[in-house]
Amino acid sequence: MARLRQCAIYGKGGIGKSTTTQNLVAGLAEAGKKVMIVGCDPKADSTRLILHAKAQNSIMEMAANAGSVEDLELEDVLKVGYRDIKCVESGGPEPGVGCAGRGVITAINFLEEEGAYEEDLDFVFYDVLGDVVCGGFAMPIRENKAQEIYIVCSGEMMAMYAANNIAKGIVKYANSGGVRLAGLICNSRNTAREDELIMELARQLGTTMIHFVPRDNVVQRAEIRRMTVIEYEPAAKQAQEYRDLARKIVENKNFVIPTPITMDELEKLLMDFGVMEEEDESIVGKTAAEEAVAVA
Amino acid sequence: MQAVEDIKPSYPLFRNDEYKEMIKNKQVAFEERTEQGKIDETFQWSTTLEYQELNFKREALTVNPAKACQPLGAVLCALGFEKTMPYVHGSQGCVAYFRTYFNRHFKEPISCVSDSMTEDAAVFGGQKNMYDGLENAKALYKPDMIAVSTTCMAEVIGDDLNAFINNSKKEGHIPQDYPVPFAHTPSFVGSHVTGWDNMFEGIARYFTLNHMAGKEVGKNGKINIVPGFETYLGNFRVIHRMLDEMGVAHTMLSDPTEVLDTPADGTFRMYSGGTTQDEVKDAPNAITTFLMQPMQLEKTKKFVENTWTHDVPKLDIPMGLEWTDEWLMKVAEVTGKPIPESLVKERGRLVDMMTDSHTWLHGKRFALYGDPDFVMGMVKFLLELGAEPVHIVCNNGSKKWDKAMKKLLESSPYGVNCKTYPGADLWHLRSLVFTDKPDFIIGNSYGKFIQRDTLHKGKEFEVPLIRMGFPIFDRHHLHRMTTLGYEGAMYMLTTLVNAVLERLDEETRGMGTTDYNYDLIR
Repeated sequence: MARLRQCAIYGKGGIGKSTTTQNLVAGLAEAGKKVMIVGCDPKADSTRLILHAKAQNSIMEMAANAGSVEDLELEDVLKVGYRDIKCVESGGPEPGVGCAGRGVITAINFLEEEGAYEEDLDFVFYDVLGDVVCGGFAMPIRENKAQEIYIVCSGEMMAMYAANNIAKGIVKYANSGGVRLAGLICNSRNTAREDELIMELARQLGTTMIHFVPRDNVVQRAEIRRMTVIEYEPAAKQAQEYRDLARKIVENKNFVIPTPITMDELEKLLMDFGVMEEEDESIVGKTAAEEAVAVA
Repeated sequence: MQAVEDIKPSYPLFRNDEYKEMIKNKQVAFEERTEQGKIDETFQWSTTLEYQELNFKREALTVNPAKACQPLGAVLCALGFEKTMPYVHGSQGCVAYFRTYFNRHFKEPISCVSDSMTEDAAVFGGQKNMYDGLENAKALYKPDMIAVSTTCMAEVIGDDLNAFINNSKKEGHIPQDYPVPFAHTPSFVGSHVTGWDNMFEGIARYFTLNHMAGKEVGKNGKINIVPGFETYLGNFRVIHRMLDEMGVAHTMLSDPTEVLDTPADGTFRMYSGGTTQDEVKDAPNAITTFLMQPMQLEKTKKFVENTWTHDVPKLDIPMGLEWTDEWLMKVAEVTGKPIPESLVKERGRLVDMMTDSHTWLHGKRFALYGDPDFVMGMVKFLLELGAEPVHIVCNNGSKKWDKAMKKLLESSPYGVNCKTYPGADLWHLRSLVFTDKPDFIIGNSYGKFIQRDTLHKGKEFEVPLIRMGFPIFDRHHLHRMTTLGYEGAMYMLTTLVNAVLERLDEETRGMGTTDYNYDLIR
């Protein structure tokens, strides 16, 4: 058995992490790899395209029903979907109550104790809630867990801002352990010169853009059917894109401690690519009335 | 070996040769113990000025903080109300700690429940625990009120007590009109005195905030007394006595004297005595509210001033002579009742005692630590006795405390050589008593380890501990004593002067060496 590779997918909320993860995992499975997806998001929607389900019963949800985590068995929470991809969801509370971060910690500890990683696996993918708001969502990159981090982003300012912030978070763990940034995945929003922009951001972060995933409506059509593109329409051009991404990840050896950039550097980058306009310092803090006076 | 007919505790049992050998073997074979010379050298170094300077540069570590956490205070406050069950929303172990802490101090059983939040409650929030907890606590222990506070766990995940309690009522787990006052008491903020303040404010809020219509300051002709985190039961009793002697009608808001001092007559009392709900409801009608420990009752003060619209008298804790005078005169002023002859006489007795003992206490140097108001009062009394406070540690003392303490020290020539250490811990104090030796330390039981360490350096370095404050685990029944009022000053004076005399006897007991001063009459 080859060494198990554990990868975590981070990125701004709504950027398409779950869709990208499931499609690329389908690509890996198609290529004969044995893969497990661990959803680390209280919304529990990281495995629906693999399982053709609305939302998988999550570890925390079942633990609450059973009384405690100790009362759960691995087979209760581990579901098998398309091409034997194993799926678990950590789950968590509804918005506004409890502690979702603690849910991720509890769920991943449970998986370790129950030996979920000891099975015959080539890859584990952690699909993590967009904003790493507390230590719980950094659980997948603690020691002995995910060693490779992929950041999904696009050519929009906030997505890149989030990517840079995640890189900052990785540095903290990278200096003390083995976790490394493995690349940016650009999930295209069809903005101008997007590929060049993300490649430049990747360069400044000390990594590469591992793949540029173009925008294609087939993704949505597949998603309505709760399927990945690879399963729904294997011959689609987009399916090949995900296969390419999967192959690149298999072959990837470029693991780095990222070099996050400053806010000024990021802004300059955005201005160079015309995503952001140069700030006019003279108008900061001026009300409309004050401006009117200044003009007059 | 132990013999069945003569079972010995660890001391003196471990002084037997076989145990001495066993301990020695354990050290040699398993402990990887540093050689004695190095241990001695390090110990000596830890008593130096050089070490003290390093010690005071400490940033990340607290050693023996001399304070406890918020919910502990909240529980004590709740215990002072009639048929009230203290309820801590959070993890179980915390509540076991509060109960044992009070057990060990008061030597009484302490009733307090937890809703035992576990892993899933930490993730989903503790509302379900609260539903079951409130329903069960009410059904099992039949309290008339449940006073809810929180542990760190519930606070970190942001559980909303107000919403949870209202939902418990809406869902029918407890009746709509059942009193469940609450306070958020995160342990990582403030200390036990803050928790007391928060819980009291919560109770006052529950019973009065939305019931102020028809309330009128002075209507009931009484005064309110808010004790704050108070563990000397005699202090509740002496306040009652003094006010009774003055003929001043009053309400002690939180009075745990009965439940923390129950008789052994074959009946277990889960509840006993305490302030009634009606008394709390009536509290806004009082002439005013006296805060016995003003430094630690800031939230209460705000509530009493803003909601009850009481003109809260600006006084210090009534410890020692002058501050008791001021307190009594203020009570007389606001109630119009004169100070009776009995209290004048009591005061005279205290002054007599102070003059009788002052030769022994004059110039004696004291290090002390404890809660903000307690150390304020203690320092005030020491200055009145002509004793010299030298190091004052108050881990939960604020900047405001520090300013007030410095002002107090400046007011007396006996205070000029004294330094204050807000936020410091007992390991800091240990350094201070090595490098600038006082005659005694005043504080809770934890100070005994400083005494041991100073004695280890040599008899002439030993700083004996005088036990005053909270908690006192290793001496019995001191919690029944009094530190407030003239009576309290008499107890403190007696304790202090006899500690001095005891120590003098100890030092002059050497037959033919020092016993020329081993006097029968002191």
